Amino acid sequence: MYRSHVLVCGGTGCTSSGSQQIMEALKAEIAKNGLENEVAVVQTGCHGLCALGPIMIIYPDATFYSMVKVEDIPEIVSEHLLKGRVVTRLLYQETVTPAGVKALVDTDFYKKQHRIALRICGVINPENIEEYIGTGGYEALGKVLTEMTPDDVIQCLLDSGLRGRGGGGFPTGLKWKLAKQNDADQKYVCCNADEGDPGAFMDRSVLEGDPHAVLEAMAIAGYAIGASQGYIYVRAEYPIAVERLKIAIKQARDMELLGKNIFGSGFDFDIDLRLGAGAFVCGEETALMTSIEGNRGEPRPRPPYPALKGLFGKPTILNNVETYANIPQIILNGPEWFASMGTEKSKGTKVFALGGKIHNTGLVEIPMGTTLREVIEEIGGGIPGGKKFKAAQTGGPSGGCIPAEHFDIPIDYDNLISIGSMMGSGGLIVMDEDDCMVDIAKFFLEFTVEESCGKCTPCRVGTKRMLEILTKITKGQATMEDLDKLEELCYYIKENALCGLGQTAPNPVLSTLRYFRDEYEAHILEKRCPAGVCKALLSYHIDPEKCRGCTLCARNCPNNAITGTVRNPHTIDQDKCIKCGACMEKCKFGAIYKQ
Amino acid sequence: MKSLEELRAIREKMQSQVSMRAEDHSHIRVVVGMATCGIASGARPVLTTLSNLVQQKNLTDKISVTQTGCIGLCQYEPIVEVMEPGKPKVTYIKMNPDKAEEVLERHLIGGHVVEEYTLNSADIK
Repeated sequence: MYRSHVLVCGGTGCTSSGSQQIMEALKAEIAKNGLENEVAVVQTGCHGLCALGPIMIIYPDATFYSMVKVEDIPEIVSEHLLKGRVVTRLLYQETVTPAGVKALVDTDFYKKQHRIALRICGVINPENIEEYIGTGGYEALGKVLTEMTPDDVIQCLLDSGLRGRGGGGFPTGLKWKLAKQNDADQKYVCCNADEGDPGAFMDRSVLEGDPHAVLEAMAIAGYAIGASQGYIYVRAEYPIAVERLKIAIKQARDMELLGKNIFGSGFDFDIDLRLGAGAFVCGEETALMTSIEGNRGEPRPRPPYPALKGLFGKPTILNNVETYANIPQIILNGPEWFASMGTEKSKGTKVFALGGKIHNTGLVEIPMGTTLREVIEEIGGGIPGGKKFKAAQTGGPSGGCIPAEHFDIPIDYDNLISIGSMMGSGGLIVMDEDDCMVDIAKFFLEFTVEESCGKCTPCRVGTKRMLEILTKITKGQATMEDLDKLEELCYYIKENALCGLGQTAPNPVLSTLRYFRDEYEAHILEKRCPAGVCKALLSYHIDPEKCRGCTLCARNCPNNAITGTVRNPHTIDQDKCIKCGACMEKCKFGAIYKQ
Repeated sequence: MKSLEELRAIREKMQSQVSMRAEDHSHIRVVVGMATCGIASGARPVLTTLSNLVQQKNLTDKISVTQTGCIGLCQYEPIVEVMEPGKPKVTYIKMNPDKAEEVLERHLIGGHVVEEYTLNSADIK
């Protein structure tokens, strides 16, 4: 028995900033001080505040240390773990108040969050099934198998109002109901863990931090629709998640929580992993199933929907990781509990991966209906450097942007659709005045062009043409006719593409056109990039008044484009300049400007 | 896993450990002085005794056992302070594992302060 638990984040974010080395150093230092029987070191999943990683939390006093380095370990062990003196300099700044250390749940980042899918993410050791059981894990599966009929389970989900967290927002209970109604000798339960949106990482974090919740929910789904086999389709680019899933499946099988006759109920269910090779289109449900079957990951027309003819031609349900993570809690706490959170048509919470120009990059889970302002200004801590908010991008390459005028919109499925964006899987990228909206649209189009599978013409050729026009615009070579053509193409592709990838590919362009048409026009008519991003429309200059002739810029220019003599103003040769901005970064007198 | 009872047995075994990882201000806080003076006079066995007992008795959701630095009364170490929300702080002095167990039984579980071990009953000049 241990008197203290030291939790070290082993999520991808903290691992990349060195949490593994910290854990090793910590274990060695604890042993050196003879505390190995008193203090437990626990590797957990993501705790959310990735910007401050590597993160360490010491219980029972719940001390939150941020940006811990290996050099800090001896001090933490001898001061905190041995003598009980908090190492104040490593505390999360916001928790340090004149009245003492503030609780983590009272900080701006955590106080408006409500964690259901991330309930024990960052609290338990994901590689230990007993810790999951200790927090009520597999209790829901037990309840379902011993007390509820499949119809009860489906009714419970319908009453809860849970909608698909992958972005589409289809009612989960309805999906299950349809799959149950279709009779077949074999049915399948699939989990979509092919999280491909740039900037989104909530599914990865759930798999890394709480893999058993997904296994448990899939078994519940199997019971509800009458399936005995499940597949998790996860990206091979998520090595930690894959590893923890493998461990979790093995432990669940050893405990007979997967396999034959679970809880003595006669119900059999097993889960296997399938690794995706990294194609974005495989996140589309029909392409995902085609890929599991061993074929090239290409979508097919719907209907028939997977509930009727899915994997191997059998009735199949496919849900997203976050959707599954909610389900055991809904079963245990009841549908009314879940439906009491959120807005009229969007119940419960949603996890967002905050990224871009924001202080607290990381993972947040908020009740539906929280406003964008609360997410960005309060939870996210605002935009660094006092810059002005321009827009937030949601839904990745399928979504759109939310401009400042909709800053107070309550976030839910329907509101986001109504303003031309979408919930998407939950990436939320914040952009400030230094971001060019045409460039952003171009970035997403580049992604879609790269990831288009090529099966249907509107997507294969159409997105390529769109990208060409966008490239022309950013180079200042486009005309207003091009802009009209771009818009026309958008609507054409939206209506005619085969799958979700193609149908939503024009969204980033359409939504930036809707809210930032003036930026497009500035590029075309004035040959000017208002945010100063598009290189072809920029030029760097030296203000002769401010230049002291220190020669620093000339020495740092990679292309020898700057000339001048010591103590005399320098000049930039515009023909040679490659617009890398190195001179501007180096200048100590602020003499270099771009226009 | 053949029955719910089997699952619940594991849950109970693990619960006391996992529920230590919660932040709850309604907890009774038991703080053991673990500065050099405390350690020298035997605070560590007191701390581990209290912590183990709380976990064995499945009380981690009500009581948290932590340590603190020197509170300045070195001659009375090992010192254990009990802070219950809404009640005055109780300071126990010159503790040992046996006394600690008694405090847990009579005070933390039973609700009666063990007066004879407190600082108040000590003869302070």
